[in-house]
Amino acid sequence: MRKKTSTIVLLIFFGPSLLVITVFFFIPVLASFIFSFTDFNIYSLGNLNYLRFIGIDNYSKILHEPLFWSALKNTFYFVLAGGPLSVAVSLGAAILLNSKLIRFKAFFRTIYFLPVVTTLVAVAIVWRFIYHPRFGMLNYFLGFIGISPVDWLGDPTFSMPAIILMAVWKNFGYNMIIFIAGLQNIPEELYEAASIEGAGAWSRFRHITLPMLAPATVFISVITMIGYFQLFSEPYIMTQGGPLNSTLSIVLYMYQEGFRWWNLGYSTAIAFTLFVIIFTGALIQFRIQKRYDI
Amino acid sequence: MISETVKKILLYLLAFLVGAASLMPFLWMVSASFMPSGSANTYPPKFLPDAIDFSHYISLFSRIDLTRNLLNSLVISIGVTFFSLFFNSLTGYAFAKLRFAGKESIFKVMLSSMIIPGQVTMLPVFLMLKNMGLINTYWAIIVPAMSSVFGIFLIRQFAMSIPDSLIEAAKIDGAGEFEIYFRIILPLIKPIIITLGIFTFMGSWNDFLWPLIVMTDSSMYTMPVALSNLMGEHVQDTELMMAGSVITILPVIIIFIILQRFYINGILMGSVKG
Repeated sequence: MRKKTSTIVLLIFFGPSLLVITVFFFIPVLASFIFSFTDFNIYSLGNLNYLRFIGIDNYSKILHEPLFWSALKNTFYFVLAGGPLSVAVSLGAAILLNSKLIRFKAFFRTIYFLPVVTTLVAVAIVWRFIYHPRFGMLNYFLGFIGISPVDWLGDPTFSMPAIILMAVWKNFGYNMIIFIAGLQNIPEELYEAASIEGAGAWSRFRHITLPMLAPATVFISVITMIGYFQLFSEPYIMTQGGPLNSTLSIVLYMYQEGFRWWNLGYSTAIAFTLFVIIFTGALIQFRIQKRYDI
Repeated sequence: MISETVKKILLYLLAFLVGAASLMPFLWMVSASFMPSGSANTYPPKFLPDAIDFSHYISLFSRIDLTRNLLNSLVISIGVTFFSLFFNSLTGYAFAKLRFAGKESIFKVMLSSMIIPGQVTMLPVFLMLKNMGLINTYWAIIVPAMSSVFGIFLIRQFAMSIPDSLIEAAKIDGAGEFEIYFRIILPLIKPIIITLGIFTFMGSWNDFLWPLIVMTDSSMYTMPVALSNLMGEHVQDTELMMAGSVITILPVIIIFIILQRFYINGILMGSVKG
């Protein structure tokens, strides 16, 4: 039985990191919550005496602000369409690379993974040119199959799909790695037994692969959802939230209100609203997980 | 069997198509960065430069002076990586092996805090740094990132696999807690240190929103912020923007290709529930 560690030792092991996390995370979360009930603006930034408590005014302003509702709608569009699409592409790529018929797996895996590690700002700039209505690569290739040029980033109908396409391209490799590990953990005998009993490829996928991957899928869905709710750099670089606010996301709206117009109290209220949304989303996913006993 | 061969060909075709889609934007970026001014904006699009032109790279480092931004990114990313590895490994190991009351509950609180999006803390942290006079300094990015719950979690998961007997034996030999940490633990957790180091370095290199907020002076911009700013002024200058993107991406691609084994292990460890 080991004896308890002395206080001074604990202080040195925990002190630095707990201090940083407390001062730059836990206290700011609390402070932010308080600020969200104030009219913190550019005047209070110069002199805190101008700060007034305004109760829930920021939150009720959010609910009456059409721009916020646009941002909310766009963010949900991105999360609900982009999230599942990204998970599905990851799963497809993982199954492809896990196939016994394919060799050079490490080579393909590295290439598929490359977009994940690269700087989002830089690839968003590259994709801006790929989406160029006249000179862009995408319209050029689509021309071969008879699709006439689309103004991807300039047309409110296509701007969000364009951002989703780029985000899926950038992210799918990450979840693919987790899916591949999950696939490798499925015992081969399960598939053999199913084959002997005459189960086809689809049936094996539906009744073996999917259930066995369920825990990985829940984990992936939660982290993908949390990440996708924080959409910012793609619209900031590619569309500045336009056209017609069709790609304005919650974080981009928060950034503009807070750090461009210095409506800081209002912007912290937006941040907290985002937190509540993400928290609810994660809760729903964990409920589903419990319900089906994954 | 014919169907097996057909299946194989189809699978390879698919694998190459996905590979081409993954690589195409990068290949075009590199290619366009060497094209003479104006020739990336033509129809039909050019895939290869007519003549190799280095002038965009030269102007990035002379006329535009991106050297300074490259240096900023390098110093900040190395600083963040160094401090966070040191602090996180101390705490991660302590969570795994030291004994004291309340350890589990503190750890649980920290883990559950990971669901709070970082944007929530941005304004108060900004104000704090402003009052400390740290806005537009490297510390504005380094200090808040000196420790992270994710890093502590990763180290803890790894350090738990170290047998207690090893630590006990060292204690019987008279080693103190810090001697044990430096002489025994650090060498043992080296793989996860490398993994977390790559994660942290890349995360810091690629980060955009926080540097955008705390670096308001263009001489302090990191590469992504400088690039985004450059786009505002040179949006017509496709070839120049591509050269800037190449320089921004190159360091992380090199690190990834050399150390990808550690990187991929890290993803798998992070996805195992603790």
